[in-house]
Amino acid sequence: MQHKTSTVVKPDSNALLKTHPLKQKRKGIILFLLSSILFVLYIFPFALVVLNSFKERLDIVQNPFSLPEQFSLENYIWAYQTMNFPAAFINSLIITVFSVVIIIVFSSMLAYFLVRWKWRMNHFILFMLVASMIIPFQALMIPFVSVYGNLGLLNSKWTLIFCYLGFGVSLATFMYHGFIKNIPKELEEAAYIDGASKLQVFWYVVFPLLKPITITIAILDVLWIWNDFLLPSLVLIDESNRTIPLSTFYFFGHYTSEYGAAMAALVLAIIPVIIFYLLMQKQIIKGVLEGSIK
Amino acid sequence: MYGERTLLERVKVFSLFAFIPLFAFTAVVMIPFSLGVVMTFTDWAGVSTSITFKGLENYQIAFSDPNFVASLFITLRYVLYTLVLTNVIAFGLALLVTSGMKGQNFFRMGFFTPNLIGGIILGFIWQFIFSRVIVYLGEVLNLQMFSSSWLADPQKAFWTLVIVGVWQSSGYMMLIYIAGLTGIPKSLLEAAEIDGASKWQQLIRIKVPLMITAFTISVFLTLQRSFVVYEVNLSLTNGGPFRSTELLSMHVYNEAFLYQNFGPGQAKAFILFLIVATIAIIQVRAMKKLEVEA
Repeated sequence: MQHKTSTVVKPDSNALLKTHPLKQKRKGIILFLLSSILFVLYIFPFALVVLNSFKERLDIVQNPFSLPEQFSLENYIWAYQTMNFPAAFINSLIITVFSVVIIIVFSSMLAYFLVRWKWRMNHFILFMLVASMIIPFQALMIPFVSVYGNLGLLNSKWTLIFCYLGFGVSLATFMYHGFIKNIPKELEEAAYIDGASKLQVFWYVVFPLLKPITITIAILDVLWIWNDFLLPSLVLIDESNRTIPLSTFYFFGHYTSEYGAAMAALVLAIIPVIIFYLLMQKQIIKGVLEGSIK
Repeated sequence: MYGERTLLERVKVFSLFAFIPLFAFTAVVMIPFSLGVVMTFTDWAGVSTSITFKGLENYQIAFSDPNFVASLFITLRYVLYTLVLTNVIAFGLALLVTSGMKGQNFFRMGFFTPNLIGGIILGFIWQFIFSRVIVYLGEVLNLQMFSSSWLADPQKAFWTLVIVGVWQSSGYMMLIYIAGLTGIPKSLLEAAEIDGASKWQQLIRIKVPLMITAFTISVFLTLQRSFVVYEVNLSLTNGGPFRSTELLSMHVYNEAFLYQNFGPGQAKAFILFLIVATIAIIQVRAMKKLEVEA
């Protein structure tokens, strides 16, 4: 008897908890519609740029929503050549890849050093790195330009890459530091006893364990460096050194009224990032998500 | 392994693991920062060898410049509106894409997209939208409000900056709120449901208090980002019309590199740093007090 009542009561209490399935379904549809509208709002600027990149100036002025009369790549060819897209792409690629690699290599080593060697000054170093993260770049740029300009160091990709190491090292080291703290050091000691050098212990034993945080840092830094404008605009003076954001800026400035070509230039500038996003979407969302709460 | 005793051994470990990143950090962050402080109190511009101490004169010049004071107030207004709107919208988006509906990962990706692309390009995209598309819509639909470009009107141009800022950052902050929401123990919400708490009560009484950390991070990041915004400002309004949308960052840039006023320019940059640092520290401290354990 006792048993029987409990089986009767249970589905009842469940029914009380759960809203009616039909109501639930309607709510789902409303949420979905709302999200879709918002999605369109977030994406429509991009869509309009793509749409108009195939059109002639007059068509754009008359109706920015009309479909292109004929599918012509003329705007793209012109923008591609005038903004010297291949060179800008290679510059961006070199700068981003080298910067991100050296940030990862040196920040992980610095963080390892700060965690494992408990010297008194290491607390101070970590504190300085963390404290520096609050300094906006604007507070550094004037002395930076005058000093580096006087030393004749501006106008070089390699100076820029060095700068990215200097600016990127604090956040990366801080993130690695939090991660390495939780790694037990027994493995390292075993390798050390087996005759591995300090560097070997780090690269063969520790660094592979840092993979998740390395991916997070790489993604945050790629997005930052690839898209950065202000620092490269101060360091890279020659046209031949321009990155994609820089060449887009100069192209747009010169051809503001050539809407079709300007739109094509924007699409060209966006394509590499979108390809990167489509290939790495999971890691990017996860990387940014984890990076933001560290 | 970590017990180097002699100085030589210690120097070896340090130069192996820490020297290069700390050298870059010192050269790129610490030295320009220190020189920047010197610049604000002297007439030194990083070029000449003679330095005259000027006390607070540069700061006096900064504050007696009506353009700077105007820029300061525009920036504060910009930060306030962007801060509130970004976080409200980001929190709403996070609730939406964690509601368990179909395709929520797809929507997350869509809302995050603007964060992949650099501010220069985003600013140009919206320049086209505001100067062409919205004006076209205003004419076709006969809406007075949209029939002339917002970028030509000082009041409306300010709002274009806010709109683009919110559109850009809300997807990023959404990810932080998603992390916060998924961190809330399911059992707590189920218990509340059994006790008869409505969805709204669950949100206000349980979700929000348990997500203070996410709010702290997101508000901190929004503050930091919006105070130093430059690229969207440059490509969307270029400070115009009539310098009405010249945010601090652009003001400092122009002061130093356009008008060559290094001392006062650096003083202004340093004021920006002090504001950002003070507000960020106060905000994080205040919000830490609100945090509760689940």
